[in-house]
Amino acid sequence: MSIFVDERTKVVIQGISPSSQGLYHGLRNRAYGTDVVAGTNPKRGGETIEGIPVFSTVAEAVAETGANASFISVPPPFAAEAIVEAAEAGVPFVVCITEGIPAHDEARAYNVLVRDFPGTRLLGPNCPGVISPGTCNIGITSGDIALPGGPVGLVSRSGTVFYQALYELTQKGIGQTTGVGIGGDPVPGTSFTDVLAAFEADPETKAVLMIGEIGGSAEEQAAEFIRAEMSKPVVAYIAGVTAPPGRKMGHAGAIISGSHGTAKAKMEALSAAGVTVAQNPTEAGERMVDVVKNLG
Amino acid sequence: MDLYEYQGKQYFARFGIPVSAGGAADTVDEAVARAEEVGYPVVVKAQVKVGGRGKAGGIKLAADAGEVRAHASAILGMDIKGHVVHRVWIERSSDIAREYYASFTLDRTAKKHLCMVSAKGGVDIEEVAATDPGAIARRHVDPVDGLSAAAAAELVAEAGLDEEARAQAAALLVKLYTCYVEGDCDLAEVNPLILTTDGRVHALDAKVTLDDNAAFRHPEWEEFAGTETSDPREKLAKEKGLQYVGLDGFVGIIANGAGLAMSTCDVVEQVGGEPANFLDIGGGANAAQMANALEVINSDENVRSIFINIFGGITRGEEVANGIVEAMGRVDISSPIVIRLDGTNAEEGRRILADQASGRLESVPTMIEAARRATELARGDER
Repeated sequence: MSIFVDERTKVVIQGISPSSQGLYHGLRNRAYGTDVVAGTNPKRGGETIEGIPVFSTVAEAVAETGANASFISVPPPFAAEAIVEAAEAGVPFVVCITEGIPAHDEARAYNVLVRDFPGTRLLGPNCPGVISPGTCNIGITSGDIALPGGPVGLVSRSGTVFYQALYELTQKGIGQTTGVGIGGDPVPGTSFTDVLAAFEADPETKAVLMIGEIGGSAEEQAAEFIRAEMSKPVVAYIAGVTAPPGRKMGHAGAIISGSHGTAKAKMEALSAAGVTVAQNPTEAGERMVDVVKNLG
Repeated sequence: MDLYEYQGKQYFARFGIPVSAGGAADTVDEAVARAEEVGYPVVVKAQVKVGGRGKAGGIKLAADAGEVRAHASAILGMDIKGHVVHRVWIERSSDIAREYYASFTLDRTAKKHLCMVSAKGGVDIEEVAATDPGAIARRHVDPVDGLSAAAAAELVAEAGLDEEARAQAAALLVKLYTCYVEGDCDLAEVNPLILTTDGRVHALDAKVTLDDNAAFRHPEWEEFAGTETSDPREKLAKEKGLQYVGLDGFVGIIANGAGLAMSTCDVVEQVGGEPANFLDIGGGANAAQMANALEVINSDENVRSIFINIFGGITRGEEVANGIVEAMGRVDISSPIVIRLDGTNAEEGRRILADQASGRLESVPTMIEAARRATELARGDER
């Protein structure tokens, strides 16, 4: 089993055109076995691109093909609008990999979803996407670095360390139920806590590898969730252990988080919650080998 | 992008937020001219993007042209916590009755905007938050709804602002929110927000951080561009559009994605190396960006080896390889290069490097081994 996506997932690629990133990665996703059923482009409704039927709107694509997931990689000025369009069309799962969306657009889109479209889960923006190895890959993860079969669930804020961590597990022969890249933007649609809760509820997932990074307080919240709610073992790595403290301007951010988002503070919070904390992605993979051995 | 105080005040003024009359000056003569324009007494304020200016002697009151001349001479060129003062802001001195605090920023946890107001302004607000949290009134603002005049009025009352300041402060708060949202700020902070002895409320300071991602819809931000960094490596990197932070070590680092770049620094340090920099070539980096990155690293005299750590997702292996080949043709890379290339189209990338760059770089299969090898080469263990 997996979380968020499975063999019934049907993907619509928003903003498809012959030269788009969406098409390039969508075709790679399709080659991996993902059921890519439609594309949208207001100027290309009725066309077929690489065998993918194109519709003018997401609503039409959903009505005609039964798409139940969308993949967004349109440029930043249009991404927030695309997210809301997918939600309005009733798409329950939206993956947005677009990097560089203005924070205010992102905050507005997120809150529109929360208020008006609670049935839609947004993953990202600025994330690598989700992969259920062997079944479904939506996003920009190279499929060959993942290994089907579980028992580990992976969640990461950083994109490239997400790949690194998947690969560390695969090279050590440890399969994954699902890998979820939540993205490092200020307002991620899906949080660590959302993913950890889903893994806790998924019977196939037996342990979780979590990759955080410095800044903000998402890892501290995750630690609190793990302490209070999780029975499954968790291994974590926080990127930026050796990063010098950043220069900051105002004080409002520090007042909110109550800390300065250092790797040390995050690692301590996770350790205190019973998480095995590694110093680098390779060590995280090694610790997971020990954890999997002891699953029995 | 952080704005200087004077830029922040000019930005505030565009949204109708009251600020002191003033002008910027780069020389002592200009400072005197600005002072003559605004009228005495004036305050001469060092323009640096770091706190603690006052304590460092970077803010001085001047009653006449002679005092402006003396203070501007002392402040221009002054080093404040590593920031050299190149510009002063001359503004009309205010008769302060009370000092407050107001800010808007995003609360990442609540995923809504957060407005904070306090009657205890003019001091270190983080200290107030720690010792007297009740002195800061807070209210989340849903980005869909915005901030209503009624909510602003409640907030200034809750914060305990003086009666006579409340109506003006509430109106200013609504304008500050408009500036924060329409002006695409990550942070809009006023400390102190003052009540003058003659009953006017205005912003005596401005801390504004603009959201770089919104630059495409703010052509007027052009005037804020430019870098105050004194690090020539950072200047070059910025010109080339790279995310770069100079460090003190000797292993040059190029990685894709901020997380992997940080992680690469972690691993290099853990195997006994010292990173010379943090450099993220970004998602979807192409050959030109890789060539630019190599040029920046090559310009650093402390670099004794270069570690290129790429895990392709949206970044494609063949683009990375072509960039390295291109850079090698364009500049004379003076340090040995170690590369770890995985992910999207990695095999094709490795093949390009084997064909066109063999003997000039080492391809190492894992991140940790590559970090070790780069460190060894930098330390000269293998020579």
